[in-house]
Order: sequence, then C-alpha cells, then structure tokens
Amino acid sequence: MENKIKIIEKNTQIPPLGGEGAYIDLYKSHHESIKMHSASVMNSLRDAAFAQFKKLGFPTVALENYKYTDLKEALSVDYGLNINRIPIPVNPYDVFKCDVPGIHSYLYFVVNDGFYPVSDPHNSKLPDGVIIGSVKEVAATHPELLKDYFGKLSSTKEDGLVAFNGAFAQDGFFMYVPENVVLDKPVQLVNIMRSDVDFMSVSHNLIILEKGAKAQLLVCDHTVDEVRFLSNRVTEVFVAENATYEHYKLENTHNKTTNLSTLLIDQAKSSTVLANVITLHNGVTRNMIEIDLDGEGCETELCGMVIADKNQQVDNFTSIIHNKPNCNSRELFKYVLDDFSKGAFTGKLYVAKDAQKTAAFQTNRNILLKKTAKMRTKPQLEIYADDVKCSHGATIGSLDETAKFYMQARGISESEARLLLMFAFTNDVIENIRIPALQDRIKMLVEKRLRGELSKCEGCVICQ
Amino acid sequence: MLQIKNLHASINGKEILKGLSLSVNAGEVHAIMGPNGAGKSTLSSVLTGNPAFTVTEGDVTFNDKNLLELTPENRSREGIFLSFQYPVEIPGVSMVNFMRTAVNEHRKYKGLDPMSASDFLKLQREKKELVEMDSKLANRSVNEGFSGGEKKRNEIFQMAMLDPKLSILDETDSGLDIDALRIVANGVNKLKTKDNASIVITHYQRLLDYIVPDFVHVLYDGRIVKSGGKELAYELEERGYDWIKKEVDGE
Ligand SMILES: Nc1ncnc2c1ncn2[C@@H]1O[C@H](COP(=O)(O)OP(=O)(O)OP(=O)(O)O)[C@@H](O)[C@H]1O
Ligand SMILES: [Mg+2]
Repeated sequence: MENKIKIIEKNTQIPPLGGEGAYIDLYKSHHESIKMHSASVMNSLRDAAFAQFKKLGFPTVALENYKYTDLKEALSVDYGLNINRIPIPVNPYDVFKCDVPGIHSYLYFVVNDGFYPVSDPHNSKLPDGVIIGSVKEVAATHPELLKDYFGKLSSTKEDGLVAFNGAFAQDGFFMYVPENVVLDKPVQLVNIMRSDVDFMSVSHNLIILEKGAKAQLLVCDHTVDEVRFLSNRVTEVFVAENATYEHYKLENTHNKTTNLSTLLIDQAKSSTVLANVITLHNGVTRNMIEIDLDGEGCETELCGMVIADKNQQVDNFTSIIHNKPNCNSRELFKYVLDDFSKGAFTGKLYVAKDAQKTAAFQTNRNILLKKTAKMRTKPQLEIYADDVKCSHGATIGSLDETAKFYMQARGISESEARLLLMFAFTNDVIENIRIPALQDRIKMLVEKRLRGELSKCEGCVICQ
Repeated sequence: MLQIKNLHASINGKEILKGLSLSVNAGEVHAIMGPNGAGKSTLSSVLTGNPAFTVTEGDVTFNDKNLLELTPENRSREGIFLSFQYPVEIPGVSMVNFMRTAVNEHRKYKGLDPMSASDFLKLQREKKELVEMDSKLANRSVNEGFSGGEKKRNEIFQMAMLDPKLSILDETDSGLDIDALRIVANGVNKLKTKDNASIVITHYQRLLDYIVPDFVHVLYDGRIVKSGGKELAYELEERGYDWIKKEVDGE
C-alpha cells in the first residue's frame, strides 16, 4: 500500500529577506488544523506565540545573539511540515539499531516531530509513578502535570525561533519523575529525521523532576534521508529541590541538517544538573542553552564538545543565571575545527545582586586544525554580587607542535600523534559523562570521528 | 653506525651548527661536553628530525641510510632515541597509551604484530624496575606534573622500552639527585650491548664516572673542536672551557 508521507503544506512563496512571511501565511490559513492535531496545553499559548513570531520574525545576523550563525539560507528552503500528523512510515527499531550497547536504557523514539508509539518491552517496567510519553497524550491523561510547567520558561523568551516553536509545535516528548524516585536506568530519546522531501520538524519537550528525584536523559539526533532537514526543538526542564538531572545530547546528523535547539533548565534549591552537549557530525547547529539557578545550593555543570570539518557550523549559545546565593557552576566547552568549519561559543554568566558566594567557572578551548577554520568565542559576564568567585578563559590555538614532535621522536606517526593529541584535548568533556557505557561508546565514536571514519552509530542503516 | 660530516644547521635563519663532524661505531659511548648555547641540544634535535631546524649543508648516515631523508618517526623506528633535555608534558595522553602506541608502531615497522596486552604489561613492568620508576607514574598523563627527576627517569624508561641502537642522552643527569643519578646510569649501563651505542651530553664529569665514555668531545660554537679519551672530561672539570675557547678563537 502506498504509504508515503504526505506533505500537508508547502510554503511556496518565499518572500525576500527571510522566510517568515510564508510561515505567517501558513499559520493564518492553517491554525485550525494545527490546533486540531495538537496538545491542548500547547494551543493555549499558541496565538500569543504567533503574535510574538510575527513581531520578531526569524533571527538574522543583525541580532547580537545570532551574529555568528546565519540562518537565512536554511530558513528559505521550501520545507514541508506535517501539520495533519500523518504517521511516518518508518520503524525506528529498523533504522536505529545502535542504541549505545550495554547502556540498557528506557528507549523512546521521536520520528521527526511525532512521538513513536512505545513498543520497547522494558519501558513497561518504569519505576512507579514515572510517566514518559508524548505531550499530547499526557495532556489528555494528566492535564494537571502540564498546567503549571508547560511554556513557563519558553513563553517569556524574546527569541524568534522559540516563538516560532510556540506557534507551530504540536507535540513533544514528556517525562515526569515523582518525588524521591530514582530512575534506575538512563532514558534514551532518539530523534529520527525521516522524510522523502525537505522537511521541518517542530517539537516542544517537557521534563519534570520532583523533589529528590533522579534521572538521566540521553538525546540522540539522527537523520535518515538525504533531504534537507530543519528541526526546531524546545526543551523545558524543571528540576525541583534536591533533585539530580543529567542531560546528554549527542548530535550525529548529516551535512544537510539545520538543528536549532533550545534547552531551558530551571533548578530549584540544592538541585544538581549536568548537561553535556556533544556535536559529532552535523550541518548547521545552534544550541541555545539556558540554566537558571533559582534556589540556593545548586550545583551545575554545563559542558560540551564539537568536532566539525568541511563546511559544518556549530554555535553553542549558553547562559547560566545565578539568581540565588551559594551556587556553583562550571562550564567547559571544547571545539576541534577542521577545513572550512565554523564554531561559535557564547558563555553568558549572570550573577544577580544577592547571589552572594557564587562560584562560577567558565572555560572554552578550541583547536583549529587548518587556517581556514574559524572560531568565535565570547564570554559575557554580568556580575552584580560582590562576594563571588568567577573566572573565565578562552583559547584558540593549534595542536601543540612540541608534543607532536615528542611523540614522533618515539616512533609514533604524525597522523597518530595528531589523533592522540586531539583525543586528549576532548578527554575532559568525555570524562564528564557519568554513564560508563555511554562514556565508552562516545570515546569510540570520537576516536572514529577524529580518524575521519564515518562517525555515525554503527548499525544505523542511514550511515552505512 | 653514525657518520656526521660537515653538518650545518640553522633555526630562524640563525646558523647554530657550523660544520660538525662525528663518527660513532657500535659498542661505543661518546660524551659531548661544551658551554651553554654551543649547539649540543641542536645536534640532538637535528639528528632526531625536529622540523624547527633546517639543515643547510652536510650529510648524516645512520646504518648506511641517509638519516636526513627520514621522518622523525622513522628515525625512531630505525633505532635512534633521544632522551630530551626538557621532556614534554602531554596532558590527556596516558603514559600507557603513549608507550603502547610507540611500541606497536616500532613493531609494525619491523613487520611484527601488535604486542598482546599482557606481554606489553610484562615488558612495562620489567623496564620500570630497571629504572626503579614509581608504578603510579605509568597511569598518569605523559610527564604531566612529573618532577624534574621523574621526567628524566621516564625518558630512560622509554629508552628501555624501545631498545634503540643509538641513544642520545641530552643532560639526562641534570635534575637527578645522587641516588637517582646512580639508578639511571645503572639502567643505561644495563641496556648497553656491543651492538648499540650512546652519545651522552653532559656538563658534569660525575655522570661519566658511572657511564664511562670511550671518547669525550668538546662542542663549541657549532663544531667539535676537541676530542680525547675520558681524561679530557677531568681536564674540563678542572680548567673549564676558556682555554679551549682561546685555542679555537685564536686560530
Ligand atoms: N628557536 C630559536 N631561535 C633562535 N635561536 C635559538 C632557538 N633555539 C635555540 N637557539 C640558539 O641556538 C644556540 C644553541 O642552543 P642549544 O640548545 O643547542 O645549546 P646547548 O649547547 O644545548 O646549551 P645548554 O648547555 O645550555 O643546553 C643558542 O644560542 C640558542 O639561543
Ligand atoms: Mg642543551
């Protein structure tokens, strides 16, 4: 039976100077269908988000926050959107066999922007009270869980991409961990991009950890087909008092992908968060990450790593907001850039006036393997408290020639010496993965990537 | 084994080696002494192929091969080893990984299969004992945070692991305490056979009590200006270099 994806709407007229006009028209003509096939909680914020998008439009390089990533071309592509939520004919278990071996996760799939019906038998053994599913589903079964959280962090952001997400997202991944419940295994969310035509997926995820809860989430981004993909994903995370949350993101997509993600984390008193964002292979990526420390005694570790070559671009735009006293944050980002690739890092560190005894450290180190690669790094410190320990450091350099020669003088070939040095360079970010099986796996993938072998997960039919 | 003829080398356009000649045969130990800045480390760098230096004139053959044509790694695989005056710290690369890679690259060059993990550990244990190196150092990053003496000991450990034909020890004695000096020198002596040779660069005669040289050379202003037996080292210890400088500059 013919069961192709039907692309419901195509924005055919691309107005000059950015593509927002087409989407504004699309919204006007189709907001009924968008709402009809969407989670109710999303609809309550939708018109306001649309108004905001109309005002802001898509971000351009004229904006300070977007000056390192030019999205004009990517946003002018004629993407299809699956507004009527036609099921996508793909069995993720067939295309994605490479869940990190030995990691024993609770495994979930989102195909484009739709939650794939659960079929992993392990998932029925989730600890009592844990809810994992689609936002749309949960909006129907547990509306009270969404009410106080959904959109709380995103709806106040003055950002065209976030507003766009609010107007067009129809579903997303949802996870709820009740008070004092510890998830015994990591949860793995695999975003699979699958389409026969150029495609845009828009989704909004929500993660809630109640007091004392513990969870680890691993998000993997994969592309299946050789068409152009654009994804716009917003993820809101609420980490309550004494809860511990680890967020790992591993991007392994093809060169025709534009990945625009927004991760917003809110930390309550004495909570602990580790976010580790790794871009192994991509097209154009912009990760906006904001962590708000809204209670005393928070521990925050934000780190990431980028390996890019050819014309790949990765922009990590990060903010850590210390609103309350006695919190510690550490930020570490490392980039290895080859060929004509472009990296950007912004590290905004805000310490509010009464956030005394803040300790915040930020480091960004970059290696350019060729003169043609480019890195922009921008620490942005705004400190209003006086009793704080804050530091930041950024370096852009090349491989250490003395170290390389030392290795060659021991018989190690130049290429192997380079590899060992690059691998060593990324090591401390990899050390910050607290799931041993995942750490091993990522070590292996990074090594393969640095060797120039295909870094896509093995067993992934796409990448063979 | 090694023939250096009229070697000229420069760095950043500045000539450092100015027509240096030296021959080393299997089984011999040569000591090179000379004032600071004479070009001793430059000679080691040029022999090991450090790309910072340019050879402008002269020939070097090593076991009948044109050494100057070989890459640094192939010089090492052919059997040249340099104990660096200033060993390099490589954060993030573990000693074990570094050494295993080096040993296996040498084996590959000889057409041998990589060493099994257990054989490697056995070899490593054996050689560590030779220089009485603290086991904990092997689990750390290469030279990172090692004390001056530990770095030098680590150089000799690496030498033992790679079993070179010609080893060049560039001031391996500096930074070593009296006991360490004896241990390191003993290690070097134990590795000595009739088929290999060493060039020992030092400022102090004391090392030469332990590692007894067959020849002592004075390197001054980019050339070997005087050669003799081990007694030359005593003379230098006593009289310094001024008389030699006068002899040379007065020419
Ligand atoms: N990168 C460089 N640029 C310019 N001159 C250099 C450079 N490296 C070394 N030199 C010079 O080359 C000369 C020889 O240096 P070398 O290190 O070979 O001396 P050495 O005999 O080993 O001295 P020491 O006994 O102090 O170790 C010195 O005058 C030194 O300043
Ligand atoms: Mg020297």
